[in-house]
Amino acid sequence: MTKKLILSFPAQATDRSLTYDLVKRWDIRINILKAEIEVGREGKLLVELEAPEEALAEGLAYLEGYGVQVSPVANKISRDEKLCVDCGNCASACVSGALTIGEPDWMLKFDPEKCIMCKLCLKTCPLKLFRIEFAGDGV
Amino acid sequence: MAKTYSEINEKIREGRAVVLTAEEVSELAKTLSPAEIAEKVDVVTTGTFGAMCSSGAIVNFGHAQPPIRMEKIELNGIRTSGGLAAVDTYIGATDCNPERPEYGGAHLIEDLVAGRKITLEAWGKGTDCYPRKYIKTTIDRDTVNEAILYNPRNAYQNYCVATNSTDKIKHTYMGTLLPRMANASYSTAGELSPLLNDPECRTIGLGTRIFLCGTEGYVSWNGTQFHSTKEENEYGIPTSNARTIAVIGDMKKMSTEFLRAAYYEKYGISLFVGIGVPIPILDEDMARRVSIRNEQIETTIVDYGDGNRQLGKTNYAALRTGEITLDGKKIRTAPVASIAKARKIAQILKEWIERGEFQLTEPVRPMPTGTSLKTLK
Repeated sequence: MTKKLILSFPAQATDRSLTYDLVKRWDIRINILKAEIEVGREGKLLVELEAPEEALAEGLAYLEGYGVQVSPVANKISRDEKLCVDCGNCASACVSGALTIGEPDWMLKFDPEKCIMCKLCLKTCPLKLFRIEFAGDGV
Repeated sequence: MAKTYSEINEKIREGRAVVLTAEEVSELAKTLSPAEIAEKVDVVTTGTFGAMCSSGAIVNFGHAQPPIRMEKIELNGIRTSGGLAAVDTYIGATDCNPERPEYGGAHLIEDLVAGRKITLEAWGKGTDCYPRKYIKTTIDRDTVNEAILYNPRNAYQNYCVATNSTDKIKHTYMGTLLPRMANASYSTAGELSPLLNDPECRTIGLGTRIFLCGTEGYVSWNGTQFHSTKEENEYGIPTSNARTIAVIGDMKKMSTEFLRAAYYEKYGISLFVGIGVPIPILDEDMARRVSIRNEQIETTIVDYGDGNRQLGKTNYAALRTGEITLDGKKIRTAPVASIAKARKIAQILKEWIERGEFQLTEPVRPMPTGTSLKTLK
């Protein structure tokens, strides 16, 4: 199974190669979508982890044992479709291809699966139609 | 066989006019000659919906009792012109209060069109005939005498393609330009665009009746920065931004479906304006002009990161595929003007004409020729 997660590393965990352990010990495939890491300070990784369910559960428990906070990416970008004018500004800025516009109808399409939460669309939309929606458990 | 405006309007009144959108006629031109199109088609409708910063509104508030000669005017905290007699103001689309950069003139204009209430505060020094010095009240679309959209420069003919070669993101009115030419944006409706279907303005001039923000409007003058001597390609299309039109219309009849305020991060406020211009197919030359296709419309790629340096040329068919190649580098492309709305506008204008509700007007004064632009020293 594949899970999109935010891994928050506390300062004392940033000098251990925990992600290497995930690969070597549980054969978890890691796709790093975004990283903000400084050695000696708290770091954040936005990752996609792919492995059989059990291996994934053990790997995540291992991380939590080192004080890494594991948060599912339950929050997502949402858009007010009723007010959208299909101008294309957001699609122009979207590097992950989650927002696209083109033939045949030139109406904006949004594929949340491809979103890497860079939040450029929130700033770019000239009508300010994008919002981050948070999941109930406050991720 | 040439047609006159009278003949075309007679057909419109009788419900017999043959009207096509600019996309439909460009498709037809693949199989019919210009002469055949000139015979069969009476009017071609065009459309565009993009950010047009040089826009604004003239509003007359009416007089209070006792009356005030407004010298300083604020609408929802935004300063608008106090220099137009006692109770007239001009709201510029890009006017704003620096402390609140995200809400400005364009938003006031949209609020007026939408029927929303606006706080008006005004000050005057007091004169013998206008003794009042201060007023604070609420106005809206229905309380004011007139609310007229008065746009000095709209519907740019063939705006350039914007890209950014620097290492930093550039936030512009052409959208967010990513570093190292990762993207390029274009703001045009291509073969639907009004001034690309009559590039020399043979039929577009002072008094031309148009679709403006959901109602009828008029071309009121040439737009500012009217450049009519730009280099043209073999299809008679200027290959960089050239002509413009000034437009005017009654805001009380407009719709926010075709008029929307916009805010561009770090750049400021602008106004999305929906315009549709009907082109009468007077002769074979006009038939040839409206048959223009996206691959025949070339434009210039400009580096917004490096003093607007010209980087090369491309065409709208290539741009609309979502990717162009410049000097061997692939660049992702996207519009920042709504092609979907432009289509809708051209379609609505077509329906108005087919139903006999909209007749064409012959320009009272043609657009200037032989013009170019001065720079500011």
